[in-house]
Amino acid sequence: MEAISGTAFVVATALKAVVFFLMLLIGVALSTYVERKVAGFIQDRSGPNRVGPLGLLQVVADGLKFILKEEVEPGAAHRKFFLLAPVLSLFPATVLFGVIPLGSPLPTPWGRIDMIVADVPIGFLYVLAIASLGVYGIVMAGWSSNSKYSFLGGLRGSAQMISYEIGLAMSLVPVLMLAGNVEMPVLVAMQQSYSEGPATYGAWFVIPLLLSAFFLLVSGLAETNRVPFDLPEAEGELVGGYHTEYSSMKFGMFFLGEYAHLITTGALISVFFLGGWDIPFWNGDNIRVLADGTVIGDPAWWKTLLTFAAFVAKTSFLVFFFMWIRWTIPRFRYDQLMDLGWKVFLPSLMAYIMIIAVAVYSLDVAGVPLGVGYAAALFGLNLILLLLFLYVLDRGRLVRGATARTRVAVGQAARALEGDEHAG
Amino acid sequence: MPGEVKVMHRPEADASYVRAITKGLGVTLKHFMRPDKPTQQYPDEKWELAPRMRGTHRMAVHEDGRAKCVGCGLCPTVCPVNCIKLVPAEDENGERYAAVYEIDEFRCIFCGYCQEVCPVEAIHLGVHYENAEYSRERWVYDLERLCELDHPVTALWDPADRASE
Repeated sequence: MEAISGTAFVVATALKAVVFFLMLLIGVALSTYVERKVAGFIQDRSGPNRVGPLGLLQVVADGLKFILKEEVEPGAAHRKFFLLAPVLSLFPATVLFGVIPLGSPLPTPWGRIDMIVADVPIGFLYVLAIASLGVYGIVMAGWSSNSKYSFLGGLRGSAQMISYEIGLAMSLVPVLMLAGNVEMPVLVAMQQSYSEGPATYGAWFVIPLLLSAFFLLVSGLAETNRVPFDLPEAEGELVGGYHTEYSSMKFGMFFLGEYAHLITTGALISVFFLGGWDIPFWNGDNIRVLADGTVIGDPAWWKTLLTFAAFVAKTSFLVFFFMWIRWTIPRFRYDQLMDLGWKVFLPSLMAYIMIIAVAVYSLDVAGVPLGVGYAAALFGLNLILLLLFLYVLDRGRLVRGATARTRVAVGQAARALEGDEHAG
Repeated sequence: MPGEVKVMHRPEADASYVRAITKGLGVTLKHFMRPDKPTQQYPDEKWELAPRMRGTHRMAVHEDGRAKCVGCGLCPTVCPVNCIKLVPAEDENGERYAAVYEIDEFRCIFCGYCQEVCPVEAIHLGVHYENAEYSRERWVYDLERLCELDHPVTALWDPADRASE
């Protein structure tokens, strides 16, 4: 079926933009509610349940509260940037959502509509570029508030996000090596299996790239500034971190931004590693559009709905997982955070990329055809690497607590003093 | 000697990352799945109050609606925090009654002495709480208001009933 074109294309794209944006906003609103429910359930409480059925209208009440609250602006704040910062923190998450494929193509009387707002040919690079803009909102908020707490939060945020940007980007390099393409729909297609057309893996990338998925999950947590990496906010130490001085809907924007980031990160991880909108163990949903416009597979409106549901399920699971983590683990100490980013993730990822490159090359040379066997071979390698990595990480040899360091420092001090005594 | 620094030698197993986090996730998941939340949906469900719970006062009334109080003055005397104000008076039949009887529930410590000391079983404590008000003045209950209250009265300790101790 021909892709939609002309006026219909403009109308369809505008509709998609509006609908997907609204869906994201509804998702954000719901996830604030779900977050509190999850928090409540984990702490043996029942969470919000007084406003509306099951407490669902709590979201509306919160929104009203944000809008009606008094807006306080610090006199010494740098007004222009102070106003710009909340917008910048919400902007990257929403814009990122535009390049995520949400379902299989939808056939209409006017032509085929791809369930993606902007099928950018550099989708993957666009994701990395926009994701790195997220740090500006935080830095600007921290710096322009002219408050010490905000400033510290902003500083921490910038250092942390830039450090984990590296982990984020490098953990995606193996995905590119397997997919051999940067277009998001192709990334999804490579994880499905087709009886015709170019060879694909037929397995979600989490299988051949297990360790990579682990790295991305942790880096994603750090990028969204969520516990255990919520040092920029650190309400126990920095009042509220970078958004200390913000009130009313300006704070609300940061709040929305955080949850929009959460959803977008979940969506991205599911595209990169959980097969995007692919429904597992069923080939009927595998619909692929090749570069020359030929369609493999059989698009149908109910398949679009089903695949969209699968995508939502995967994203929701990841969002839940992030929430689960948040209500389980305490915050990292700042030096541990930096150690983990620079001393563990960076070298491990470099080594990992090399290993995967060698493995992919060897498999190609050995003439193993792309497919489940190829993925299984890589999975075996990954399992070994993951266990090795976890073993080393777990023994506290790379990231260790204050105990070990104190022991060394005390020993040195004792030796120094003894030396003085002998000398005297 | 160098300074005495206490160093905690934690075994490496205790300082683990991965195992500790996995274990923690397991614990929180267990609580997440727990179906019986101990939360009580308070305004909808309320505690079953003990019969000897001491709460808001009540004044017992005769069948014709008059307060049973005879203005003997024992309760303001026994009250440890002076929260009862009583001005006795005598009617044309020579019967004593309370012309003014006010209890400051804000000040009351709910010791129950007034109920125990009352010779005519007029003033009682009640099995009742939830008496929020918008002003402090509203916390001073006058005789009329005390008579109108209709919650169950607090049971006194029965020495014969060992179970009630």
